[in-house]
Amino acid sequence: MTDLITPPPTIIDLRPSEEHSGHEHHGATGILKWMTSTDHKVIGLSYTVTSVVMMIIGGLFAELIRAQLASPNGTLVSLAQYNELFTMHGSVMIYLFVGPFAFGGLANIIVPIQIGAPDMAFPRLNALSYWLYLMGSITMLMGFFTAGGAANFGWVAYAPLSNSINTPGAGADLWIGGLLLTGFSAIFTGVNLSATIFYLRAPGMTMFRMPIFTWNMLVTAILILLAFPVLTAGLIMLYCDRHFGTHIYSVSGGGVPVLWQHIFWFWGHPEVYILALPFFGIATEIIAVFSKKPVFGYKSMVFATLSIGALSLGVWAHHMFTTGVVLLPFFSIMSLLIAVPTGIKIFNWIGTMWRGELWFTTAMLMSLGFLFTFLVGGITGVYLASPPLDFFTHDTYFVVAHFHSIVMALVLAAMGGMYYWGPKFTGYMLNEKFGRIQFWFLFIGTQVFTLPQYLLGLDGMPRRIAIYPHSPQWKTLNDWSTFGAVLVGISMIVFVANVGYSWKKYPAGDNPWDGQTLEWFTTSPPPHHNFYRLPQIRSERPTWDYNHPEHLSLAHGTLSIGHHHEPPLSNMVVGALEHEQDHDR
Amino acid sequence: MRVEAKILLSLGTFFGIMCAVYWNWSLENAGGVMMFAGMLLCFLPGSYYYWWSRRMKARPEDEPHATQAEGAGVVGSFPGSSIFPFTLGMGAFFVVLALVFGIWFLVPGLGLVTWALLGATAEGRRGGHV
Amino acid sequence: MPSFGAHQGATTQSSSVYHLWQGFSIGAAIIGGFVTVLFVFAIIRYRRKGDNIPRQAQYHLPAEVVYTVVPILVVFGLFAATLVVENKEVANPKSDVTVDVNAFQWGWKFTYPHTETVVIGQTTQDPTMVIPVNTNVHINLTSTDVIHGFYVKALNFSRYALPGVLNQFTIEAVKTGTFAGQCTQLCGLYHSLMFFNMKVVSMSQYTAWLASTANPTAFAAAEKTTTQQTATQVPTKPASSHGDN
Repeated sequence: MTDLITPPPTIIDLRPSEEHSGHEHHGATGILKWMTSTDHKVIGLSYTVTSVVMMIIGGLFAELIRAQLASPNGTLVSLAQYNELFTMHGSVMIYLFVGPFAFGGLANIIVPIQIGAPDMAFPRLNALSYWLYLMGSITMLMGFFTAGGAANFGWVAYAPLSNSINTPGAGADLWIGGLLLTGFSAIFTGVNLSATIFYLRAPGMTMFRMPIFTWNMLVTAILILLAFPVLTAGLIMLYCDRHFGTHIYSVSGGGVPVLWQHIFWFWGHPEVYILALPFFGIATEIIAVFSKKPVFGYKSMVFATLSIGALSLGVWAHHMFTTGVVLLPFFSIMSLLIAVPTGIKIFNWIGTMWRGELWFTTAMLMSLGFLFTFLVGGITGVYLASPPLDFFTHDTYFVVAHFHSIVMALVLAAMGGMYYWGPKFTGYMLNEKFGRIQFWFLFIGTQVFTLPQYLLGLDGMPRRIAIYPHSPQWKTLNDWSTFGAVLVGISMIVFVANVGYSWKKYPAGDNPWDGQTLEWFTTSPPPHHNFYRLPQIRSERPTWDYNHPEHLSLAHGTLSIGHHHEPPLSNMVVGALEHEQDHDR
Repeated sequence: MRVEAKILLSLGTFFGIMCAVYWNWSLENAGGVMMFAGMLLCFLPGSYYYWWSRRMKARPEDEPHATQAEGAGVVGSFPGSSIFPFTLGMGAFFVVLALVFGIWFLVPGLGLVTWALLGATAEGRRGGHV
Repeated sequence: MPSFGAHQGATTQSSSVYHLWQGFSIGAAIIGGFVTVLFVFAIIRYRRKGDNIPRQAQYHLPAEVVYTVVPILVVFGLFAATLVVENKEVANPKSDVTVDVNAFQWGWKFTYPHTETVVIGQTTQDPTMVIPVNTNVHINLTSTDVIHGFYVKALNFSRYALPGVLNQFTIEAVKTGTFAGQCTQLCGLYHSLMFFNMKVVSMSQYTAWLASTANPTAFAAAEKTTTQQTATQVPTKPASSHGDN
């Protein structure tokens, strides 16, 4: 009879046999063990910690920016220092925090255990990705210690401002070099994720039974492979212009400065979906578990994610509407269309909650906060897809507010992910009371800091300005925005305090949340190579089916709101009747 | 492998159509070339998976009724604990510093990179720690 | 109708853009409001009441079709409205007045071709471009160094000044007054201070101003000065608002 649970597949043992080795191979200990680890859980945790440190660094830059904008003629920092501050704030947050946290941190830890794999497909490449990311981050930040300061041309480094005439100095080159390293880090992670998802799924885990988080990471991985090489090429060309006398982006040699923008944004727009899709996945998982329901519209979620991925390669020049040299109607309609699958996801999240039993843990609160904040940011994005409306909001605080609504939504989802999956990979829960306090500071702080910026942009306040001497009336809204940023900062302090307070205090157990997907079947934290045993996989919720055989989901989803029929007797039901209840659940 | 193949081939086809429309309408070459390359990048693994999916029987992870026992056996080789990712990473770091601070950084840079590449290859052949 | 944060502006084009903004905002309010109501309702109504497991509904095809098709229709509607306004903004009707705008680090030069009138100023010298009301004014925009952004709030419009590219657009002001402008694309150290003004006057005042400001020596000198600036040459104290040195 088919086993419901069997030992996992064996792993090939590559150790050379003892009689041929010259000395004993003890496992490395301490820091050497960490440096040589190829375990995806260790690497993922390293990524998570490093990226959170980057978040804090980027956050400090943000607080300095807000402090400078507290008065129309602020003198907290000089004009030159301010240009470095917003450049590095954006660069650290986008290149060094949000992306690596998502695809290097959480995905590394969670994707293999969601599909029943013993590790990522290429463990040493995975470790290399982390070291490239760490050294790339250090390289970029080293700019602050050079004579000319860090890069100061905005996180987008438009030509000709970024050439050697306008931005001489090592800071810019360190920025470029850092991005070459982190770019390859991301590309290797993209290879690893897609290979793992295509080749290392457990038996019965068909593509359409994978968790939505894993689906989102697959599309993210494909986007990384499509987009990052373009950025890398563009950066190499920029470096050549700066140092080898080429004239790719400069008018004087017959080059085209706008080419930089085409190349940069061809990467840049998929990049923002590379940033967003993992967090959509996190929210999907959390909302389902804490509504005690399956993901609503699983297939349409998958197709929506694929559509977002596909469309994202065709919208890049909506960042260039005001150049006057791009095909406005094409990019306008594509950008408007990409709102449709995003809207479908929002409706599916609400559908997941509908008629559920909502449990407001910190993770759930964070995900709901994500949903609302993303709704605001997404709607303002639709305005920006219309060139006439973009012409007067481009490069103003309206755009700044739009993308901060979006990224703060992602941060809310990230925090949800920490509370939800933290127990799985550390084995300990975080304190829920602290979590609630963190949530309210983060959520309210986000709205308070972004909403005034929409109004500032509509009133004409441009981006990237250190002072606003002609418009002292902007001070009030700026102060409100700063107040919100302070609330967000407090939420981060609460988070760090919670981590410290909860350190090894509340042991988690295998499945504290009654989670549905495969990672909740194994121990917290998972053992070496992840699973002692695996359940039979007959739907997208193998752990739920195992724990709640009377409330099965059916493969490929056939239970609908309007219908109520008995699931046909399948070998899964037979298997469930036969399995022994030999553990607490 | 059919689903994987379909995903990549569909994406590639979509990019191809988008590229055709865009390039003909805008006559803008950078975007046209990049979208065309994106299409090729999807067709490359997509066609490989498609070719294979027609020649192999379903793997256990493609079978909706597979049991865990069917997946027993060697899954793959998963080299544990290796120093070479770290070494290669540090080598790449020094190579980048050479781009910024001076060509002499290539000495430690390429040295570490070479050592790492040779070492990782030997490790893979000889067998490392699991 | 509420303004939803935007403003009518001073030109015929800005007015069209304003109405488009209002239209989008009504759509945003309806859709955003509807989704928010659903969301808040779900949070309140479906709070956990016990330990029971709800019916495990996984899809509802009619609802899914509706919320796929309706947004697509809305998107096409928004696109159609966009095209109408966009065509007005990119149109280049016959115009009697032309101004060549040259952005440079860190100021603006306004040249009136076929005259010997030029206005040039850096940062807080706030150079002022004078144009007549109720006339099509054609603007040629370029830069001599890095990318700058030509932005005037009252136009509901901005456009990049790109080196090596001539951007062109036409505006028709319907209100007189002085309207503030500023560079919106990061261009280096004094980006925050790259101010200018656009002053709309009656046609007779414009012609008079043109005649009185014409200055062959200044015109020739201005042609030479808009090369790449370095920081030491940039004044930071406010000077006269018609600086043309």
